Amino acid sequence: MKSKLGLVFSLLVVASIILTACGGGTPAGTEAPAGAATGELYYLNFKPEVAETYTKIAEAWNAETGNTLKVVTAASGTYEQTLKSEIAKSDPPVLFQINGPVGYAAWKDYTADLSGTELYKHLTDKTLAVTDGAGVYGLPYVIEGYGIIYNNAMMDKYFATEGATAASMDEVNNFAALKAVVEDMQSKKDALGIGGVFCSTSLKPGEDWRWQTHLANLPIFYEFRDNNLNLSDPAATAEVKFQYAENYKNIFDLYINNSTTAPTLLGSKSVDDSMAEFALGQCAMVQNGNWAWGQISGVDGNTVKAEEVKYLPIYTGVPGEEKQGLNIGTENFFAINKQATPEKQQLAADFIWWLYSSPTGKAFVTNDLKFMTPFDTFADDEKPTDPLAREVLRYAGNADLYSVAWRFTLFPGQPFKDAFGAALLQYAQGSMPWEDVQQLFIDQWKAEKAKAAGG
Amino acid sequence: MRRISNAYYALFTLPTLTAFAIAFFIPFLLGIYLSFTRFTTVTNARWVGLNNYVRAFTENKDFLNAMVFTAKFTLISVVLINLFAFSLALLLTRNVWGRNIFRTTFFMPNLIGGIVLGYIWLLIINGVLYRFQVDITFSAKYGFWGLVIVTNWQMVGYMMVIYIASIQSIPPELVEAAQIDGANPRQVLFNITIPLVTPAFTICTFLTLANSFKLFDQNLALTRGAPGKATAMMALDIYNSFYGTTGYEGVGQAKAVVFFLLVGIIVLVQLLLSRSKEMEN
Repeated sequence: MKSKLGLVFSLLVVASIILTACGGGTPAGTEAPAGAATGELYYLNFKPEVAETYTKIAEAWNAETGNTLKVVTAASGTYEQTLKSEIAKSDPPVLFQINGPVGYAAWKDYTADLSGTELYKHLTDKTLAVTDGAGVYGLPYVIEGYGIIYNNAMMDKYFATEGATAASMDEVNNFAALKAVVEDMQSKKDALGIGGVFCSTSLKPGEDWRWQTHLANLPIFYEFRDNNLNLSDPAATAEVKFQYAENYKNIFDLYINNSTTAPTLLGSKSVDDSMAEFALGQCAMVQNGNWAWGQISGVDGNTVKAEEVKYLPIYTGVPGEEKQGLNIGTENFFAINKQATPEKQQLAADFIWWLYSSPTGKAFVTNDLKFMTPFDTFADDEKPTDPLAREVLRYAGNADLYSVAWRFTLFPGQPFKDAFGAALLQYAQGSMPWEDVQQLFIDQWKAEKAKAAGG
Repeated sequence: MRRISNAYYALFTLPTLTAFAIAFFIPFLLGIYLSFTRFTTVTNARWVGLNNYVRAFTENKDFLNAMVFTAKFTLISVVLINLFAFSLALLLTRNVWGRNIFRTTFFMPNLIGGIVLGYIWLLIINGVLYRFQVDITFSAKYGFWGLVIVTNWQMVGYMMVIYIASIQSIPPELVEAAQIDGANPRQVLFNITIPLVTPAFTICTFLTLANSFKLFDQNLALTRGAPGKATAMMALDIYNSFYGTTGYEGVGQAKAVVFFLLVGIIVLVQLLLSRSKEMEN
């Protein structure tokens, strides 16, 4: 007990330090000037990188409506913990977020039906919402996309070398072409002045989500598509065959064998290391989402120019993948606490409607939060302009290509992802054969799904 | 001496008791209660009886593996820490030049938090292992010995201070008398010093045993259980099941209760055993 208390305490301390650091000296909660007679809304924010923006949003909302927004931000990777302890308090968060169907399963005692809210009516693609029967329990508030980010200047440098296997990135439209380019480029890495084609495949425990979640989305997306599953039926996804495991291995091998870092050393690389390598021009390609732009441009000594940053879909050798686009979807859904008073719930619905429809709110969403939103309240000129977001919009708007939906919202919980990530690391280190990784994926999936369903 | 009324005792201990109740006793009882329930947050618990305890041991081997790993780790580190601490204490109670500087230096790691120490040592250990093209996540052995090194680094200084205090309290006339009788330094060590510092051994073994069992921050910072869950100690495993797994809060709580009982029993047995060996001073 004692050690746990110490832990909780230290988590709080760490959280408050981070919050203070992010908020530039302001305390954790953002309090409005005293004397506001209208309601107070407590929002538990998921994204530490936008904590400061929410302070400004709270001020603006207060100025326009007189309501107070109290924003608490959970430190990176601790959202579930923070939510668990915050929601048990006498003044619990009214507006919080869930990460999709799995998050809904964990929090269904708390999530209110949002089908009557104004914002839901303006959701352009209703299939994006988290639904259960006729009820809507999670409202997506941002659209994100990921793929292989590449540095076009560096690629052009390679295409100019003798014996380059392609003349431009336009010719790279499937796995075979990608593999040829990458392997040839890796062999010329010294001439090109890079450490490797791909930035480190960060497999440090807790830093491996790009592989155990995002990359694993591709084989599962194709498996679900081939088998024509009814995805709203939990029984349909209770087991997987991992029939595209070979495709996963294709791209994963390419990542780890043509990298700045030897495969045996990947266990101590973090996502930050990887993004810093890209920003400093030590590698030409890295798999990540459009949220990474802030990270890339924020690195000191960044050598990558905004206009040179482009996206390539993640090709894995699936037939017909020439028409594949980026992985586009979301795992950020607003949820409203149904155990809060009806007035507070209404206030939460009003707040998100204000944020996504009023000129002030929309300006914050586009310019500060830099969200691409799934709502029709935004005109074309109100969309974010950073290079990765533009690329995502370009791919999404290309009618010839199909987007890969985010099926990892249907993955079993964290233990499954952690186990798969650990197995990937052991595979990279050469201590686990691929067959075992494949089997572990299937077994863990089944076991964790059964636990979530049965428990 | 004037007798003080019992009411005053009650009054003056009240603040401490209140703090103790709020910060320790009530959460402790609540924790035991929650271990018999299924809950997401502490306010919506549902009674499930012993189910959590069964699940803790049967659903997977994580907890048992963590138990074995922790036991091995504790055994090695209790022996090593006390050995190093006592040797240093012996050295630094002699007339060595700059012994106060040395004492301070050895004590200092104890003032640094476990997380920080863990990260510092992660850099050092990986720095060495990189030369062999591997890192600490490569094998459970590296993680194990990494943890042993970090714990030693942190606790040796503290235990050394306790031993020094104990050695210094040995009456010099006893040692002198032995030397006059012709005892060599070895005999003085085994027949005078060691028997007289047994109370310090008791307290040091207690502290190292309990702390090694409960080790958490160093484990989290150094390996986080990698590779796989092979280096996850009990506290980390409890943390992972409580926070990492949906629907496992109760199981984590059950594990925590088992953990408490285990540490309690082992430490009590150790105290009884070594108390019986202590000499009356």
